[in-house]
Amino acid sequence: MTATTFRIWRGEKGNGAFADYTADITEGMVVLDAMHQIQADNANDLAIRWNCKAGKCGSCSAEINGMPKLMCMTRMDELPTDKPITVEPMRAFPHIRDLVTDVSWNFEVKKRIKKFTPRPPDAPDGTWRMVQEDVDRVQEFRKCIECFLCQDVCHVLRDHHKHDEFIGPRYFVYSAALEMHPLDTADRLKDLKEDQAIGYCNITKCCTKVCPEHITITDNAIIPLKERVVDEFYDPLMKLVRLVRGKPRS
Amino acid sequence: MSMVERVSHDVLVIGAGGAGLRAAIAAAATGARVGLVCKSLLGKAHTVMAEGGMAAAMGHVDDRDNWRVHFADTMRGGQYMNNWRMAELHAKEAPDRVRELEAWGAVFDRTADGRILQRNFGGHRYPRLAHVGDRTGLEMIRTLQDHAIHQGIDVHMEVTVVRLLMDGGRVAGVLAYDRERGRFKVFSCGAVVLATGGVGRAFKITSNSWEYTADGQALAYEAGAELMDMEFVQFHPTGMVWPPSVKGILVTEGVRGEGGVLRNSQGKRFMFDDIPENYRNQTADSEEEGWRYTQGDKSARRPPELLTRDHVARCIQREVREGRGSPHGGVYLDIAWIKERIPKAQDHIKKKLPSMYHQFMQLANIDITTTPMEVGPTTHYIMGGIRVDGDSQMSTVPGLFAAGECAAGLHGANRLGGNSLSDLLVFGKRAGEYAARFAAEHPGATVSNSEVDGAVAAALSPFERAGSAEQPYRIQHELQDLMQDLVGIVRKEEEMRRALDALQGLKARARDVGVAGNREYNPGWHTALDLANLLTISEAIALAAVERKESRGGHFRDDYPDKDSNYAKFNIVMRKGSGGEMELERRPIPPLPQELAGIIEEQKS
Ligand SMILES: Cc1cc2nc3c(=O)[nH]c(=O)nc-3n(C[C@H](O)[C@H](O)[C@H](O)COP(=O)(O)OP(=O)(O)OC[C@H]3O[C@@H](n4cnc5c(N)ncnc54)[C@H](O)[C@@H]3O)c2cc1C
Ligand code: SF4
Ligand code: SF4
Ligand code: FES
Repeated sequence: MTATTFRIWRGEKGNGAFADYTADITEGMVVLDAMHQIQADNANDLAIRWNCKAGKCGSCSAEINGMPKLMCMTRMDELPTDKPITVEPMRAFPHIRDLVTDVSWNFEVKKRIKKFTPRPPDAPDGTWRMVQEDVDRVQEFRKCIECFLCQDVCHVLRDHHKHDEFIGPRYFVYSAALEMHPLDTADRLKDLKEDQAIGYCNITKCCTKVCPEHITITDNAIIPLKERVVDEFYDPLMKLVRLVRGKPRS
Repeated sequence: MSMVERVSHDVLVIGAGGAGLRAAIAAAATGARVGLVCKSLLGKAHTVMAEGGMAAAMGHVDDRDNWRVHFADTMRGGQYMNNWRMAELHAKEAPDRVRELEAWGAVFDRTADGRILQRNFGGHRYPRLAHVGDRTGLEMIRTLQDHAIHQGIDVHMEVTVVRLLMDGGRVAGVLAYDRERGRFKVFSCGAVVLATGGVGRAFKITSNSWEYTADGQALAYEAGAELMDMEFVQFHPTGMVWPPSVKGILVTEGVRGEGGVLRNSQGKRFMFDDIPENYRNQTADSEEEGWRYTQGDKSARRPPELLTRDHVARCIQREVREGRGSPHGGVYLDIAWIKERIPKAQDHIKKKLPSMYHQFMQLANIDITTTPMEVGPTTHYIMGGIRVDGDSQMSTVPGLFAAGECAAGLHGANRLGGNSLSDLLVFGKRAGEYAARFAAEHPGATVSNSEVDGAVAAALSPFERAGSAEQPYRIQHELQDLMQDLVGIVRKEEEMRRALDALQGLKARARDVGVAGNREYNPGWHTALDLANLLTISEAIALAAVERKESRGGHFRDDYPDKDSNYAKFNIVMRKGSGGEMELERRPIPPLPQELAGIIEEQKS
């Protein structure tokens, strides 16, 4: 058992300061365990979001030593303990209290994206046929646990505060999952270009690096969407091909 | 009264897991004004954690499957304590509910001919679980969530209900507080659907999250509704046992469905030693046959690792107790061994069980494609809960409905894996529809201001005792130790009596709990409020468990280790007595209609 110092951001609505706490670290502990220990013993009112403690719900996002991570999946033995470990809320969203931020903007963005619109069923019993190879790609995107760590790290949101114009990597992944869904018939390319500012993304790949689900956000979702937007709006030949052939199959 | 915000809906759904979301969608489809309240953010409810799949007799992998087989499997798994009407409706309607998810965008794993793939699971005769790798719950909740946000439902996130408000004998609304600011809200409505999930936080070792504090069961009980089958708690056989901080986290049954085997420290597959008589015909004789079953050989029978959860959990407990356990007090679950049987086994495991691979890699530094896992029982699910009408899901309180884990009936004494996710959809939909109908047919309920004032004062009282020596977390931890040790997987009369006495002491201390700080996002305060629910329901579990002097399903009595046919005839029902005490009654199980009884006979072979 080793006593380790945590420097935790405490305060409300952006006003706050770091406060130091110690926790006893035993084998296999994760940062969330340490936060719970501190909450139970020294700071009953320390605000934290968490649910599953198994990396499945995407609630416990925070910045640990400056890196956006899930607290429940960050093991203590991967962090240096010779100096205090800082734990801060995600910085790209309005602060509520301590480690909790207001992520409601994300839920609003999702509503603006055209919903799933399937083609008519393939079989008389109202079902469809899709083979595994056709859904592999979409299943990668659907692993997203909505932790919003990618949103937190994206400079367009974090540094340039383009929340009104730009939907962020999470919603490019979401749009890609719909656009590449073998059954979907809606067209989201105009929205992506005009209302959702996919053009602001300059492919820094920071989002991909922090994704706890290892979704290759940039290469598999954003770049193909950007290509489709280019084909649609800047390449008259491709547009013609599309008109003749219909929406590209995934 | 001036300080509380007021909101009005026709139907108010409490809980945004699979059951709550499906209920809200169904109620909204009738044109009702629907509100949806949840303790966490949308998409974070417990349902997100479900792994293995949802059971529906679609017969895509084995066309011998149909609703009759599913019905019989569910009844046998539940040791015939089930509400048979619910078991029938569930088996009949689950396939349509699964297909509906596909129409709303869910992307299940596929069969070679492009249909929804189904996998084997404990207690299900044929491959029956529609799934997406081992993250089926995520697929389900996301599909429902993404569909629901376009249905005009008013969602109130991070809002916790603390009281049901009544008008005469019926429900008229609820009192809740929002987490962010700690402000109270009164929701008035014509009907309430409880979809609040389970009670796992009453135990120390559990696969359940902080949300599982028995709120729905306790709210309903306080409002006068009946609870049923509270002694039937499911201990899942395979939870992680190491490292200590992750003890209890679930290891999906899907591991065994894909060919994983259980061994003790001597390397022996101990499950072959203890196969219950009523499952013997359907269980493999040899390791060879068991393996063929997991690989889809229709002539083979299931390996004993896929017997029902209650049985497997007790066998593991026995191995550990008798000194044949693993170093950290579990047994070995080995999927890596399949490399002896199939090429590219490592890739296969990663593809079929990706979250298990990551969970062990990240939390325990163990590569499951090369090394056996250590596993042991963990508190997982409660079969008991709010007693409801099988068709409508209405409780014994008019206007109060319940669906999903917080309701009782479908699963009887033991739930089959995969039967919960389908339960959420089938009965979530029914609850939403019937609640909307009730609200339309019974307008005019009003909330009483004095009831609101009283409930607000009670909820704020922990702040008045800010300096109190009683801390909410400490009492919660003591309760968890108590239930784990004395009302856990193996029960004895004398231990449970001690637990009941100790519970009275904890209840008294909980009344003195004080919290510091202010009302904004204060988890200490929330824990103080949840405590009352956990204590009430723990008492119900212990009382019912004392009353059932036999062993059946999830309920195992060391002092009565056998099934007793006299106890097969009734469910234990509880309600709040007029003097505030917990009343308990043995309620006879209505006889099965001939058709259903015939199905059970026909499926016994
Ligand atoms: C790790 C794990 C794996 C599982 N795997 C499977 C599986 O493979 N197949 C299967 O069939 N089952 C599985 N189960 C069981 C199944 O997931 C659950 O039983 C099911 O998801 C419960 O759903 P629900 O809709 O009833 O409640 P939940 O999904 O738990 O939702 C409860 C909701 O109620 C809200 N709530 C609670 N109290 C209040 C309150 N006071 N005020 C406001 N809101 C409140 C919560 O915020 C939440 O939104 C698994 C369970 C676990 C823990
Ligand atoms: S790749 Fe694009 S979306 Fe991702 S972080 Fe960089 S700019 Fe943002
Ligand atoms: S894409 Fe990855 S990082 Fe972004 S929200 Fe989803 S899981 Fe989190
Ligand atoms: S608590 Fe669910 S992801 Fe960390």
